[in-house]
Amino acid sequence: MLDKIQHILIALLGGISVTISVTLGALIIAVLLGLLLGVVRSFTKWKLLRFTIDVYVELFRNIPALAILFIIYFGLGSVGLRLGSVTAAILGLGLIGGAVLCDVFRAGFSALHSGQREAAIAIGMTPYQTIRLILAPQAIRIALPPLGNYAIQLLKDTSIASAIAAPEIMFFARTLVTSTFETTLIYICAAGIYLLLSLPLFRAIQSIEKRFGVGR
Amino acid sequence: MESPLLQIKDLHKSYGSLEVLKGIDFSVSKGEKVAVIGPSGSGKSTCLRCVNFLEKPSRGHIILDGERVGVKPGSDRLMSDAELAPQRAQMGMVFQLFYLWPHLTVLENVSIGLRKVQGVPSNEASEIAMDMLEKVHLGNKANTFPGLLSGGQQQRVAIARALAQRPKLLLFDEPTSALDPELVGEVLNVIQELADEGRTMLLVTHEINFARDIADRVIFMDGGVVVEEGPARELITNPQAERTRVFLSKIEK
Repeated sequence: MLDKIQHILIALLGGISVTISVTLGALIIAVLLGLLLGVVRSFTKWKLLRFTIDVYVELFRNIPALAILFIIYFGLGSVGLRLGSVTAAILGLGLIGGAVLCDVFRAGFSALHSGQREAAIAIGMTPYQTIRLILAPQAIRIALPPLGNYAIQLLKDTSIASAIAAPEIMFFARTLVTSTFETTLIYICAAGIYLLLSLPLFRAIQSIEKRFGVGR
Repeated sequence: MESPLLQIKDLHKSYGSLEVLKGIDFSVSKGEKVAVIGPSGSGKSTCLRCVNFLEKPSRGHIILDGERVGVKPGSDRLMSDAELAPQRAQMGMVFQLFYLWPHLTVLENVSIGLRKVQGVPSNEASEIAMDMLEKVHLGNKANTFPGLLSGGQQQRVAIARALAQRPKLLLFDEPTSALDPELVGEVLNVIQELADEGRTMLLVTHEINFARDIADRVIFMDGGVVVEEGPARELITNPQAERTRVFLSKIEK
């Protein structure tokens, strides 16, 4: 039995690096894109721009991730823009994350009292300085807990990348199932690996929250 | 005679159909301390907020040191917030609710404007900020976060922050209204000390006795107009207009 588990774990280990790469890659895209969209959505005076961002957010939030990955991987491929499965997964999950985090950051900005901005412009800060030095640091702190939840969710969602043959944990698990038929044991091992990855991630997020929560 | 440091001319402000300011005119000379008093809703805070364009006036002129505030020279176009920044930097503002920045230490709250707006090198900015904190008797709190201070201490930090701008004019928007009664004194003392230094101040307040003692001149506003203005002691002890008398008699109690 232990022998079998060991064998399975070793076979699945090959997927961990891809799972981590997809998670980190998508997380970076999601945070940068989400912050950019959140700031622009919160502060632009241009209605058309706000509307465009709203459309983007609604689209990516309301279409299943699997469909989006298929469109990016197969759809773009059919018009000549062929992406690797890992790249497609990072891009797809990152674009979805950008939509999710846009709203998270926007909520962070709108939670701030208008006096925070007024005090900043009153001492002669430009709007850009006000956002960068005063509002964004506070909004990001407010956004940290939902951002943490999102990161955990993202780690688990990378499993759908197996559907476009990205060689991550679930992809290896499914391949292994077809050759050994140890269905239950293999998927339990896969679940265990996800748990081992997400618990430290959760801890890391908690310590970031603790550290930057100072002074609030 | 030297022209006044601040001139407010025919200032109007409406929110939709609600006219809050109905033509305000007054001026503040260099070194003068002017207190604006009046009942809630009289428009006195709005008037103050129009001076540095936190509220955009519907009509009228604000002139600081000979320069029109908030309007592009040679046109009638209103300035953007970015264009307004250098003008706002010349006026220090102290808010009723302090509005310190909770993610920055007390020292950073005071020094950030020096560094980022005035372009003062970091070391020097910290030194100046420290001096300002000493001035409001909070040098020992430099490295704490604002959330750990009492209301009175927070307001004194906010005053230090405004002083660090080296402003031509200090604007106070009911600086003690949000404070517990036992904390009002420490803030008024600091403002008194600044007044004694000869700084130019425009102060909206509910503290009538303080206005009487500190101000050179008092302006009484009601219903969006200046009802009466005059030397502080005279106006408060012997008001001429009926509305001023009624207001002051209510406050006395």
